[in-house]
Amino acid sequence: MKQAIELNINGDTHEILVSPNNTLLEVLRDKLGLMGTKRGCDLGACGACTVLINGDAYLSCIMLAVDAIGKEILTIEGLDEGGDLHPLQRSFVENGGLQCGFCTPGMILTAKAILGEEKHPTEEVIKRKMAGNLCRCTGYKKIFEAVMSVTEQSGKEF
Amino acid sequence: MEKELNVVGARLPMMDAAQKVKGTALFTDDLILPGMLFGKILRSPVPHAKILNIDTSRAEKLPGVKGVVTGRDIPDRKYGIVPMAKDEYALAKDKVRYIGDDVAAVCAIDPEIAEEAVELIKVDYEELPAVFDPLEAKREGAPEIHAGIKNNTSFAIRKEFGDVRKAFAECDAIFEDTFYSQPVNHAPLEPHAALAQFDPLNGELTIWSSTQIPFFLRRNLSNTLQIPESKVRVVKPKVGGGFGQKIDLYAKDFCAAWFAIQLGKPVKFVYEREEVFISTRQRHPMYITVKTGMKKDGIILAQKFQAHADGGAYNSTAPTMIALSCYFLMIPYRVPNLIYEGYHVYTNKPVGGAMRGHGIPQARFAVERQLDMIAERLGLDAAEVRIKNSIHAGEPHPAKFIINTCGFSDSVKKAADAIGWKEKRGKLPLGRGVGLAGASFPSGVSNMSHISSGAVVQLGRDGAVNVLSGAADIGQGAETVISQIVAEELGVPIEDIRITAADTGITPLDPGTFGSGVTVRAGNAARLAVISVKQKLFNFIADKLEANVADLVAKDRNIFVKGSPEKGMTLSEALKSYQYADLPMPIVGRGSWMAPATEPTTLFKEDGNFAPSYSFMTQAAEVDVDLHTGKVKLLRMVTAHDCGRAINPMLVEGQLEGSVVGGMGQALYEDVIVEKGQVMNPSFLDYGFPTFLEMPEIEAIEVETDDPIGPFGAKEAGEGTQLSPAPAIVNAIYDAIGVNFMELPITPEKILDALEEKKNRKNSRSDQCISHC
Repeated sequence: MKQAIELNINGDTHEILVSPNNTLLEVLRDKLGLMGTKRGCDLGACGACTVLINGDAYLSCIMLAVDAIGKEILTIEGLDEGGDLHPLQRSFVENGGLQCGFCTPGMILTAKAILGEEKHPTEEVIKRKMAGNLCRCTGYKKIFEAVMSVTEQSGKEF
Repeated sequence: MEKELNVVGARLPMMDAAQKVKGTALFTDDLILPGMLFGKILRSPVPHAKILNIDTSRAEKLPGVKGVVTGRDIPDRKYGIVPMAKDEYALAKDKVRYIGDDVAAVCAIDPEIAEEAVELIKVDYEELPAVFDPLEAKREGAPEIHAGIKNNTSFAIRKEFGDVRKAFAECDAIFEDTFYSQPVNHAPLEPHAALAQFDPLNGELTIWSSTQIPFFLRRNLSNTLQIPESKVRVVKPKVGGGFGQKIDLYAKDFCAAWFAIQLGKPVKFVYEREEVFISTRQRHPMYITVKTGMKKDGIILAQKFQAHADGGAYNSTAPTMIALSCYFLMIPYRVPNLIYEGYHVYTNKPVGGAMRGHGIPQARFAVERQLDMIAERLGLDAAEVRIKNSIHAGEPHPAKFIINTCGFSDSVKKAADAIGWKEKRGKLPLGRGVGLAGASFPSGVSNMSHISSGAVVQLGRDGAVNVLSGAADIGQGAETVISQIVAEELGVPIEDIRITAADTGITPLDPGTFGSGVTVRAGNAARLAVISVKQKLFNFIADKLEANVADLVAKDRNIFVKGSPEKGMTLSEALKSYQYADLPMPIVGRGSWMAPATEPTTLFKEDGNFAPSYSFMTQAAEVDVDLHTGKVKLLRMVTAHDCGRAINPMLVEGQLEGSVVGGMGQALYEDVIVEKGQVMNPSFLDYGFPTFLEMPEIEAIEVETDDPIGPFGAKEAGEGTQLSPAPAIVNAIYDAIGVNFMELPITPEKILDALEEKKNRKNSRSDQCISHC
């Protein structure tokens, strides 16, 4: 049986009819057209579907939509600030931290979650916490540099 | 070679980078059309069988199902990316040849119903004996996979260059070794997808597809659907990586189009990750035996090379792959006498296809490994051997390649210096080692029918530059590079360029993204087009300025007389006066470009200059081998690459870094494990390609040459660097632990087994312990 739920996504409240087994990814993409969240494996193994829930990184392809009720969901569409790129987004652009762009939203949101936990994570922490986000194009180096360059800008709030 | 350049050579972000970071870049699966239906493919559960009957009645009756199609419903038209090698139907007609072969498709109002309907199709199979190894498949009496293909060998070439028998007789030492290179999946992050729409009023089909080859896809769809090419429009949205895997027509393309035509509604197919692993393409597994004859000083006199490629169930790019692995044995080293025997053999397994390097990485693994082994046996320095045998620009080539520029020996020296070769090779403690390997790759393909690119540049009244290019940007940044070339030539910033690319209904012909030829081919076409625009404008301005056309320069949105910047006008003024002179706007320039080929070749039959130019590169690796766990860590990889002049150094670095990490995956981690035709690890959880944690330190060194053919001297940068990371790493492992591995990948199990065996051998001779030796 479908049921109506309310989800808070990027600051807006959406009322959506879902089945209990609908994943958050299905709701975001197929019901709300928020296509920035990508489906790469549907198995929680590639990180392309990463969203933030109350600031923490979650894999939306293995999370039920109903489990996100009452929480603040942030997708890549909600990250920029009044049309201006978020510092992480800008850093990915300027440092060439992307190629095909398919993993990019998930990479950026995971990086945001890391920087939300600690302002100046070590290189090892970044590598370990981003290891769940796969990229087949870049070899990770420029993505890593893009994230590092943001952590080096002191005093910023993310 | 110093040219003053502003936009070419700049580290510019990709033009669509902001879209990608904002999540607004649209890939095929992100597209939605009103009334869209969803498709799903039924795949074979058996490796080899006759299809006796397909009962689709239960699926058809399921509420929400709008159509079912099987092989017997579709036109009797085979497809294939290489015309001479067509051996595949969009849906199997009478036989399935591997687990995952496309059998039938359904189309329904939502993906869940489509999935349920697929399971309601009942197929009666008569199972046939299957064969899973190319050496067995080639034997007399092996199961016949394709009717009439003897010994399952769909392509075989034997080539001889020079006088091999005589050359071997003159050698001081001859070595023969056998190697194996494993199957690797491209694993682009974006699963393959297609969305088709048909307009019954004018009979036009539009298909959005995750493809590297829009124009080849158009041709294959036209051929298999039996509708004119002019009625098929292929649009390439953003493509989430390809690496060669998206060079083909797949069932999802055909079936989306088929249902769209039948039902008059848009239809979308998206492959699951498992389907990408099983039913698309992979790097050919290959058995290779190489015999090399040398003089005492390490000069290669002759080679004999025998390769058996495991093609899986179909040909895909078979002839090209075999030809490449043959001809690129004679570059970057001088091999004056060569016998090559190559076989593409069918097995009941997933299909081999083009993957970054395309037949060459397997050959390089064998040759570069063997060169190290020979150097060791002859007491020579492995880097020196490579420098000594390096080919040089302008040298005659046994297969008639024309080498205009060549930075190979430089690349060996630079890579060796950067990795600390002299201080480290053979001198590091047990478990640490350095190794290197070289390679060369074509910048596209010279003259293989219809391999040419077109471009149109339009300059409007407001100075906006509109570029139409057929080139397929699959994430490497082709659109940005082409725009940089146009901007440079017209003297405007890249912000003034708008590019529309890879839409067969709008943009000029282009063969697509393969063979690392986009920058040279499509870049040259765009350059010719913008030069034509510039000439039209210059011809007009020259009169106004009372100057010679040849003396005019376009720079910083100005046009002026060379050496006298005050004698000129802004581009905007120039366009205004052009318009007020009642000359037609927009100013349009067209360009078409094909590599010059005095001796055109496909390499299938005759020799000749295969590519407009060749890149050269050396990779040098430093590894740490954990003697207790067997894990190998690639600490550092230096890659010295002669890619001519980099149009965009940041994008070039990205290509090199991605290639290195992909090559590391092939060396250490990746293997499509197949048991009795069943892929055992078709997911990212089980397949395990490199993550952030495995990322090595990477140093990219530019070895710049100024190529006369490429736009602004550019050569390829996308593929060559994936040829030799694997042998460089395996050579470094030898330096670390003294074990010669001949089969990829080098897993911890293999390391531990080898160390154990080494220890036992030593123990049987003496009491020495491995940790002390």
